[in-house]
Amino acid sequence: MAVISLGNDAKVRRGRQLPWTMIMAIAILGAWILLAAGASLVAPYDPDAVDIMNMMASPNAQHWFGTDQVGRDVFSRVIYAARVDLFMCVAGVVPPLMIGATIGLLSGYFGGFVDGFFMRLYDITAAFPFFVLVLAIVGVLGPGLTNYFISLALVGWVTYARLVRAEVLTIRDSEYVQAARSLGYATRIILLRHVLPNAFGPVIAYAVSDAVLVMLAGASLGFLGMGAQPPLAEWGVMISDGQPFVQQAWWICFFPGIAAITLGLGLAFLGDGLAQIRRRQVAQ
Amino acid sequence: MGHLQAILQRLLQLIPVLLGITIVAFLLLHLAPGDPARLLAGDRASAETIAAIRHQYGLDLPLWRQFLTYMGNLLQGDIGQSLRFQRPVVELIGQFMWPTLFLVSYVVVLSVPPTLILAITSARKPGGLADQIIRLIGVAGLTIPVFWLGIMMSRFFGVALGWFPVSGYGEGFLDHLHHLFLPALSTAIWFIPVLTQSLRAALIDKATADFATAAKAQGASQRDIFWSTVLPNAVLPTLNLLGVLVAFIIGGTIIVEMVYAVPGLGTLMIKSLLGRDYYVVQGLTLVFAVATVLITLAVDVLTAIIDPRVKL
Repeated sequence: MAVISLGNDAKVRRGRQLPWTMIMAIAILGAWILLAAGASLVAPYDPDAVDIMNMMASPNAQHWFGTDQVGRDVFSRVIYAARVDLFMCVAGVVPPLMIGATIGLLSGYFGGFVDGFFMRLYDITAAFPFFVLVLAIVGVLGPGLTNYFISLALVGWVTYARLVRAEVLTIRDSEYVQAARSLGYATRIILLRHVLPNAFGPVIAYAVSDAVLVMLAGASLGFLGMGAQPPLAEWGVMISDGQPFVQQAWWICFFPGIAAITLGLGLAFLGDGLAQIRRRQVAQ
Repeated sequence: MGHLQAILQRLLQLIPVLLGITIVAFLLLHLAPGDPARLLAGDRASAETIAAIRHQYGLDLPLWRQFLTYMGNLLQGDIGQSLRFQRPVVELIGQFMWPTLFLVSYVVVLSVPPTLILAITSARKPGGLADQIIRLIGVAGLTIPVFWLGIMMSRFFGVALGWFPVSGYGEGFLDHLHHLFLPALSTAIWFIPVLTQSLRAALIDKATADFATAAKAQGASQRDIFWSTVLPNAVLPTLNLLGVLVAFIIGGTIIVEMVYAVPGLGTLMIKSLLGRDYYVVQGLTLVFAVATVLITLAVDVLTAIIDPRVKL
């Protein structure tokens, strides 16, 4: 008996072991979240402190990542900017996800005219190159992060709606939903307790990869002067600030880019890890 | 049902999508809070200027009348007038589109050979070491900010090593190739992983297909099966995806053009946005969307002609 249970335990433990991409993701994302949250403790300098005696100093013991064209410490600015870029990943993904999931849920479950209408809306929005439409909307609304989030909510929901709808279509006719229906549960309960939780898996995986896209597009807007507004430290803004001086001081541009890549990698690993865990669950 | 009929039906289905695209482009200018006339005139314009602009562009009419005028203009090939250049947007697009077309084709041409090599290596042993490494490189490639890569590459290959010019478009075909190499490479580094993932999936899918098993049963060698059975069948789904991906390339080249000062549609779009030349922005957004739709259509029709089993 004891032997058998030992064997089972080992098997269970192997099944529960995290994929290595998940461990990497937790390490990278955890590090960024801690750095961003504790920026005032970690950063050696005030991110906006101008030091004209120390302009464009190359990386050294006092300034690990060097200083920029007005002598601000690049390392401190990269750390503080993580707050803005992490916030972008959340505020740029959650509203489109909520809107899209709601529309996809209703549209898939009830079908009919509403479904047709939203699917045409999907076709039309999907015809526009994503970045072009976001850029145009932000351009018309005016620069700034708030308008970036508004444009994402206007454009980004369609993919979530499409994903949730596709899941709901298969779940709608499944046995457990039919059972819930024949037991007389209210439609609202069926939708929220039975359909939505089961439709959410692929959506979460997509949301994580979407976060990379949102972060990069947000940094691109910052680079073009249409996202986060200077002097607020944001990686795209910092790269834009450093571009005219890249010949003399490559480090002003270089380190914010590396920061964006590491955060992107953390998110990509998270997406990969979640997908693997899901595959395992399905296999079991 | 013949091909021609299927294509005609597909064209009919396009009409509502195209109509929707024009509505979105039209509403773009009305999205801003307040008065579109003020938006067009700028913050410092006097009340008279705003009134003049409102009247000149028919912005004092009801929305539906404005839309009808807009549609009428579109059908006559007039997609707006640039306030800054004082020229029709169509003319501007005609002038700026060549560098962009060149760049997009360049990206595709640069991306195909590495994609083939990477996808074939990956799919030969799914889950193997090579596959894992290629997937990781792909994931990393997707997380690089394209504009940052552009700046860094122009700093090191352009200025420090002096191999490539770092801005402009040049004169003549070879000069274009030379000038646009770094912009195309910056975009390709980000595009290759996407394309590789798709071809890899298709290769693995077709390698286990019935016709591959049948070929094996008939005694064909692994090599023969791969080159004459699996690969040709796997190219088609990837080709299909290419239509969708061109939209992504367009998005990517916009910002790369800006970094390398390529006088293309992306640069035009961003300069117009920053210069508040909104009719150009509107026109470009419309043209980008219509181009995406038409490319997707062309790819679909092409696949149907290549493979008669495909239904349009």
